[in-house]
Amino acid sequence: MQPIGFANENLNNMRRDIFQAIADPTRRAIIVLIALQAMTPNAIADNFHTTRQSVSKHLRILTECELVKQEQQGREIYYSLEIEKMKEIDKWLNQFRKIWETRFNQLDKVLSTIKKQKK
Amino acid sequence: MKSNLLFDFTVDKATKTVFINREFDADLSLVWDAFTKQEILDQWWAPKPWASKTKIMDFKVGGRRFYAMVSPEGLEHWSLQKYTSISPKTNFKYLNAFADKDANPELPGSDWDLNFSEENGTTKVSITIYNESLARMEKMIEMGFQGGFTMTLDYLEDLLTTLSQRQ
Repeated sequence: MQPIGFANENLNNMRRDIFQAIADPTRRAIIVLIALQAMTPNAIADNFHTTRQSVSKHLRILTECELVKQEQQGREIYYSLEIEKMKEIDKWLNQFRKIWETRFNQLDKVLSTIKKQKK
Repeated sequence: MKSNLLFDFTVDKATKTVFINREFDADLSLVWDAFTKQEILDQWWAPKPWASKTKIMDFKVGGRRFYAMVSPEGLEHWSLQKYTSISPKTNFKYLNAFADKDANPELPGSDWDLNFSEENGTTKVSITIYNESLARMEKMIEMGFQGGFTMTLDYLEDLLTTLSQRQ
């Protein structure tokens, strides 16, 4: 039996989509936070204005992407960053995509302005 | 802006090629002009807050565009594009290289191939960029982009460097 939310197909999808995992601002903030020290989900949640459920959802996605690891210490689970895994991420790829996104959004505006002028 | 317009971006590291496809809600001649006329190009080419400043643009085979990406602080990063092939409203190709302020190219550069087609008033642009080196591709990013995401990741990168040195 798989625990709820850890279905295999979900896991596989997330693994494939590592860029999506770091595209979310809350997840990036979590990454930065736990890069400094291992933290419990509650301690992490204290840094955000969202619900604990939402933070644990983000942690689950990060775990599925193997960007963070869990460690049991007594009764608490501590989350820490998989540094090597993070390094594997080609940060430039996302930045490069972003350049084109911004550029083309600007072009959309220019095109629509020109079209209006023509009418 | 229509939200269902196609945008895909893929990088094939093995062939050092970037593929970009994007649809625009405008007819072919307008999109073609936006890519080939200096006065329109400068309005959108640089991702804000950067600005695009074209000094020379001679859109013909063998002609060139010499332009700068200007940072908010006024820093200029010059590039030189040499047009190698033009089929009006269908395709054009150029060789792109970084340059100094006197238009001396810094080789190797990248080969750009841009295709244009229209269907039902929507124009699709397909761009292929071939780079001789991946390092060059990274440089291309440094020159054209600043923003929250970069800053977050840069911060993270520094942090990771510090952390891995500690280990």
